[in-house]
Amino acid sequence: MDIFDTFFNVPVLVRTFPLLISGLWITLQIGFTAIIAGLVVGLTLALVRLYANRILRGLAKIYIDIMRSIPLLVLLIIVYYALPFVGIRFSPFVSAVAALTLVSGAYTAEIFRAGIEAVPKGQFEASRALGLGYRHMMVDVVLPQAIRIVIPPLTNNCINVMKDTALASVVAMPDLLKQATQAQALAANPSPLIGAALIYIAFLWPLVAIVARLEKRFGAKER
Amino acid sequence: MDAYIRIRNLIKTFGSFTALNGIDLDIGEGEVVCVIGPSGSGKSTLIRCINLLEDFSPESEITVAGIRVEKGRNLEKVRAEVGMVFQSFNLFPHLSVLRNVMLAPMRVRGLSETEAARRARDLLARVGISEQADKQPGQLSGGQQQRVAIARALAMEPKAMLFDEPTSSLDPEMVGEVLDVMRALAGTGVTMVVVTHEMGFARQVADRVIFMDGGRIVESGLPHDIFDTPKSDRTRNFLGAVLNH
Repeated sequence: MDIFDTFFNVPVLVRTFPLLISGLWITLQIGFTAIIAGLVVGLTLALVRLYANRILRGLAKIYIDIMRSIPLLVLLIIVYYALPFVGIRFSPFVSAVAALTLVSGAYTAEIFRAGIEAVPKGQFEASRALGLGYRHMMVDVVLPQAIRIVIPPLTNNCINVMKDTALASVVAMPDLLKQATQAQALAANPSPLIGAALIYIAFLWPLVAIVARLEKRFGAKER
Repeated sequence: MDAYIRIRNLIKTFGSFTALNGIDLDIGEGEVVCVIGPSGSGKSTLIRCINLLEDFSPESEITVAGIRVEKGRNLEKVRAEVGMVFQSFNLFPHLSVLRNVMLAPMRVRGLSETEAARRARDLLARVGISEQADKQPGQLSGGQQQRVAIARALAMEPKAMLFDEPTSSLDPEMVGEVLDVMRALAGTGVTMVVVTHEMGFARQVADRVIFMDGGRIVESGLPHDIFDTPKSDRTRNFLGAVLNH
């Protein structure tokens, strides 16, 4: 058997393609849900980390540091396999989304914090001097400027979340990778794995390209 | 007559450095006060305390129109009554010139979009920037940006305006256009506190000139008294240094 029959076996790829596509659908569902939830968690955490009282600020920092240190796979196993022992039972989908959100939220919080801190002090002072309250200052002045700064790193984080959805296969989620390994077992041939890799590349490459373009555009505007 | 801005025993420290060391000052309604002095003398800190951009010692007291300047509900009220113009303009770079001027009246005063736009266009005309209303701040010259910043502060219809070295970061040829706007404003009855190095402006426009050094008011009086017959050696030395070169 040569390398093409083993890794690029076209009949096997064609046969397993529908399975891979159904996996891709699950992957996208997990990824998008975790990304949106992570953005909400992250922005909230960033604001707490920057502006809440000392105790909450400290708690937010501890949470962020822990979530950035813990391997996602370990967290996922804890959520899915350990929590049931204390009576908390999540479906594979919820477990995967929860673990991804907890971690993505921590990274997103750091990105938002850096973005808000990159907005010049004078913008805050001008807002305050005009009598704008905290909410209007953030919504109308600070966040619109911070968003432009954070879009490239946020998009990077989205790419990471999308790739990390592959870990959901360990909690029996029929995502793209899980379907690929299953198809590999059924066909006794690793070509579906290559197919899955190609599908990941096909939908993440454009995102990577977008990041590069955004970085260039915003970088140029700053000058 | 009660002072519009009343400052008592104002003390401000940054760590171990005392920036303001017991300032007492009353500023009447409609009065134009210019604050001069060497850098590091506390001039900017003084006016930044008036709208609490800097907090100050609890034993100090500032009132604006009888309202105590302190954290809490009253603060936004004070800030809405007191406009401020900064050395570095601080326009909102993501909003058009017109939107910069419209924002606070809509959000703080609750003006409708149409009312705010009309007010903004009037003010931009008054500071001579009508044609630039739809540009982004970054497309304007420094002098134009500072005039927009003045219009933005005036859009709140403040009773008092604080100017923190408004011409210090401008190219020399643009200083005049900003001072002209301020001179016109001084004739409208708005209370003005101007921290400046423009001695000519202070002499012509101020009702009163205050010389500060080392966090204290060294001397205060009519412009021609301060500039022509200063009582303190420190004032004389400072004026000698800035006027004779």
